[in-house]
Formats: sequence, C-alpha cells, structure tokens
Amino acid sequence: MSLLSVRDLTVKFGSRTGPVTALNGISFDLARGERLGIVGESGAGKSITGFALMNLLSKPGYIDGGQILFEGEDVAQMSPRDVRAMRGDRMAMIFQDPMVTLNPVLTIGQQMIETLKAHRKLSTQEARQIALVKLKEVYIPSPQDRLDQYPHELSGGMRQRIIIAMALLLDPKLIIADEPTTALDVTIQADIMALLLEMCQSNQVGLILITHDLGVVSQVTERTMVMYAGRIIESGPTRSIINDPQHPYTQGLINALPQQTPPGQRLKQIPGTMPTLATMPKGCPFHTRCALVGEGCMTHVPSINQFGSSFVACHEVHRLQNEVPAEDVS
Amino acid sequence: MSNSVFGNQPGAPSKPSRILAIWNSNIGYSFRSNPVAVVSMAVFLLIVLAAFCAPLLAPYNPYDPAQIDIMNSEYPPFWVDGALEEFSLGTDDQGRDLLSTILYGTRLSLIIGICAVAVQTVLGVSLGLISGYVGGRTDNLLMRIADIQLSFSTLMVAIIFLAITQAMFGSEVFSRYAVIFLVAVIGVAEWPQYARTVRATVLAEKKKEYVDAAKVMGFGPLRIMMRHILPNSLSPIFVIFTVQVANAIISEASLSFLGLGMPPTQPSLGSLISSGFDYIFSGSWWITAIPGVVLVVLVLVINLLGDWMRDVLNPKLYKG
Repeated sequence: MSLLSVRDLTVKFGSRTGPVTALNGISFDLARGERLGIVGESGAGKSITGFALMNLLSKPGYIDGGQILFEGEDVAQMSPRDVRAMRGDRMAMIFQDPMVTLNPVLTIGQQMIETLKAHRKLSTQEARQIALVKLKEVYIPSPQDRLDQYPHELSGGMRQRIIIAMALLLDPKLIIADEPTTALDVTIQADIMALLLEMCQSNQVGLILITHDLGVVSQVTERTMVMYAGRIIESGPTRSIINDPQHPYTQGLINALPQQTPPGQRLKQIPGTMPTLATMPKGCPFHTRCALVGEGCMTHVPSINQFGSSFVACHEVHRLQNEVPAEDVS
Repeated sequence: MSNSVFGNQPGAPSKPSRILAIWNSNIGYSFRSNPVAVVSMAVFLLIVLAAFCAPLLAPYNPYDPAQIDIMNSEYPPFWVDGALEEFSLGTDDQGRDLLSTILYGTRLSLIIGICAVAVQTVLGVSLGLISGYVGGRTDNLLMRIADIQLSFSTLMVAIIFLAITQAMFGSEVFSRYAVIFLVAVIGVAEWPQYARTVRATVLAEKKKEYVDAAKVMGFGPLRIMMRHILPNSLSPIFVIFTVQVANAIISEASLSFLGLGMPPTQPSLGSLISSGFDYIFSGSWWITAIPGVVLVVLVLVINLLGDWMRDVLNPKLYKG
C-alpha cells in the first residue's frame, strides 16, 4: 500500500465572481520513503497542493472534490481533531522562510518541547532529551545551548536546520517541504538539501519537495511532477524528466536554466506568463505560450498518458519526439 | 561558541540575572537615556509606595471616627498663616488630616484604577483574540457590540449604571460595595478599546508563518491563540494598559466628583476634590487643590510612562 494516494484532488477558491479552480484533478501516489518533487512556476498550484495535503487550506480556499488517502485515511474527510492529531505527528511540513516560521517569543526548546508534549505523554525532561537528540541529528553545534536561545539569536541556515529537526521530532511518515531553501544563502542551500535528503533516507521518511529549482529536484528526488496552472502536465522519474523532458513546458523550463545558455547569449525564456486562475484559456492551459500548438490544443484539455517512462499531458507529444524543440520563439 | 558579550565559559552556565538582563537590554537603555521616563517612573513609584504604605506613613487614620474632631476642620496647610503644626497639609471640612486622607485616597484610586483595567484587559483581550482569530461572523458580531458600546460615552454608561444600583441597593449598601461597583462599571465600559487593538494585532499576527507552522505541528486553536499569538501581541496591550489606568483613575475621580463613586466616609481622590469644592470660595482652597494636584501628577506620570513605552515598543515610530 502506498503511503499517500491522491485521487482527482480539486481545490477551488471562492471569489466574488464565483469559485475559481486552483487545482484541477490532481492524482498521484507516494510510496513509503519515496521522495517526490513538485516543480512549476509561481501560481502553478504547488503550494496549494502542499497545503491541501495537510488540510490546511483556509478561506476562501477549499477542497472541492477528490481524495487524499494518507495511510488509508482520507485527510479531506477527517474531523478537525483527527487532523490535528495527524499534523506534526505523522505528517510534518517545512516552510519556505526560516526567519518567520519559528515563533519569535519562544525559545527553541520551548517550541520543540511543546510540540512533543502536544502529541505524546512525556515529561518536560524527557521531551527535552528527545529535542536534544534531534538537534544533534541535524548537526547543530552545542545543542544544549541552542535549546535556550530565541530564534533571532540564530542564523538562517541554523534555523532551517532546527525546523528540520522539529519536523522530525515525532518521526513522521511524510514531510512536505515547501521551497525549504529559497530564502537561504546559496552556500547553505546545498547543505540544507543534503541534510534533508540524509534525514529522509536514514529515517525512511517520505518527502514531497515543492520547489521551482530544478537543480534541487534532480539532487534529492526520485520522481518529479511538473505542474502548470493547477494541473499535472508531466510526471515521471526525475532522471528522465531532467534529461528527456516530453512536455513543451518542461522543455522550456529546462532550457530556461542559465546553464543551458552559452555565456554572452540571451537566456532562453518561455514567452508570456502563466494565465491567472480567472482567465484560464480553453483547451490546454499552456497553448497560449506553446510553440507547437496544434488544432486540438485550443479546444480540448489533454489527458495525461504514459509516454516512455513518464506520463505527459500534451496533444502534440508525438510530434515532439521527432522534432528538435523550438529554439528561439521570441 | 560563546553567545554572550561577557564570554561565558562553556560548561559554566553563569547566566546574568533577569533584572540585569532587562537593565542591559534595549528597553533598559532607552529608559536610562530618557530623563522624562526616569523622572516619571520615580514619581510614579513614589506615589504608589506612599499610597500603599499609607497605614504606616499617615499620621492619622481618616477612617477612624475617634481620631476626627470636627473642631479641627478647615485648617490651612503649613505654609499658610494659621496652620496647625500637627496637620502639615491642613484639614478638610470634617476635620480630617488632609495628608492622611490623600494617602488613603490615592491608594483607593490606584486600586480601583488598576483593578478596573484588569477587568478591561481580561474582557478585551479575550474577546479581541477570539474576534481576530476566528473571524467571520463571530468577529462581526463582537465588533458591532463594541461599536455600539463605544458610541455611548463611558461616563454616561457609568452614571446610569451607578445611579440605578444606588437606587436599587440603597446608599448604605452601595457605599459598602462602592469599590466593587466602580471596578465593574469602569471595567465593563471600556473593554472595546482593548478588544479593537488586540483584534487588529491578531489579524496581523495570524497571517505570519509561525502560526501556520504551529497549525502544522497539530496545535489546537486555543493553544495557538494563547501561547503563540497572544505573546506576540503583548506590546500594544502594555501600552494601552498604562493609558487606560490613567483613564480609569480619571473616570473614577469624575464619578466620585459627581457623587456616584466613593462615599465621603471613605474618600478617593475624586470624592475628596468634590467635598472640598463646596469650600473653595470660602477660602479653603486646599481641600480641592492639593488632592487635585496629586491626581494630575499621578495621571501625568502614568501617561508619560505610557508614551515612552509606546516609543520603545513600536520601532516603526520615529520621532522627528
């Protein structure tokens, strides 16, 4: 049985002009200890997916349909009490900016102990011991002192380590990391990612890594899902997505990496911007920016089909196989 | 890696004491470098100490009828001709030593002021927290109630309430429980001030990521409100607290002045000012003036301290 199985998850946001769809029929599975990357532009629905998995969507967002089966239980149908019991304990989340995710008025120790005591019957001393062990695991120097410090006394990298330690406190089965390194210094990003990878591997924790950094995804994850405008447009083993992208959008993303352009030349961009939720075009949501747009793209939303080792949602994917991806479309 | 300016040796936890830590903090520094704050604090502490040590300091007990002689009434303070040595600040219309009466009266005023604000704080902070955190209909309902209450002036509400209770219980029972009535009415009448400020702060705080992080840790709404959002919203609460104590003392004085507060047998500063007011044109100005000065100084220093605190706790506020 897979750890997490999402079926046709649809998330909508209420607005004055009626609900808009932010996630459109997302389905995927995650095995125990598997690491999945979710990539896409800002607004593609990556973070919404993460929040929906935690049942953390707040108004005006809501889950409109579909299932989120986590260890056999549907998160979307859980009572608030059960959701609280699950959060932090079996499913943990790491946020983007370590500068603001820790409560500024509580010491690191207080926050860790509070988390432990909220889920387990432990004395403060026992909880403190567990917190110490976890801080050691994430290579925090002199953890004893850190426990009595306030978040503002620590650097960003140190704080993100502490947040990882806090996520691991109760040995969760799944960690959702929402752009965990975006707010960090480039030199520390690699450290934190390596740490996250090591922690997940040694504890057999499933990881959903939400990011727009393809480099990070290729280092850490086994499988990757590319999202665009609230839909999954390509998913498959990370290696094949990076080395042999099928969907024109994924190709565009990879071509847009600065490493793909020789020095001195213009960077290759995907022309245009992603449509907003309210102005979603008919047919394939990417057709307004796609170089390979065909007749069907304007009218029908492509279904996701297996193609080689990955799944792709594109009408023109057959054509792509034979053609060289369009070079400069601007 | 040492984390303290004093270079703590690892393994030798020599933490500076709490008081020293506060003294050395930014707040301590700003306090020391602000003469107005220092003087205000000194005067405030002096008044508070004197008021709460009243039974020890006061030469007479103004509540003890055996020590009061009506023949001693209306002696002037010591710097005016005709003063008696044993009454340094003179006597009032009933022959009570004014110094003792002021000390006891200040104590009453402070107690009523602080207790009333405590009632306001408990009511206002809890309703403001709920209103801000829960939002939606609850928020609307609570804030409309607050609006309605704010549209009546505090004094009007208090006058109506106190007049009715006085008529209901009779003035004897009323004077016995006057302190409680005053605390209740001033406390209830002013909670919207708190509730609104707290709500505004909570609205800002609950959008911050640490609240999401707390939710992700599986904490319930009550714990998030009390342990995560409330401590982060404390600074405006402190500031209003000081301002409101000053306001409550003034409200109490006004009500007592109007005859709806403390009875003349147990005078607060307000009722003392009021009782002297009848004699102000017959030359005995000190019965009103001296308690009046004490009241003004007390309220002024509390307000100055509140101002200083607002400047310190709100770093976005720069003085030009």
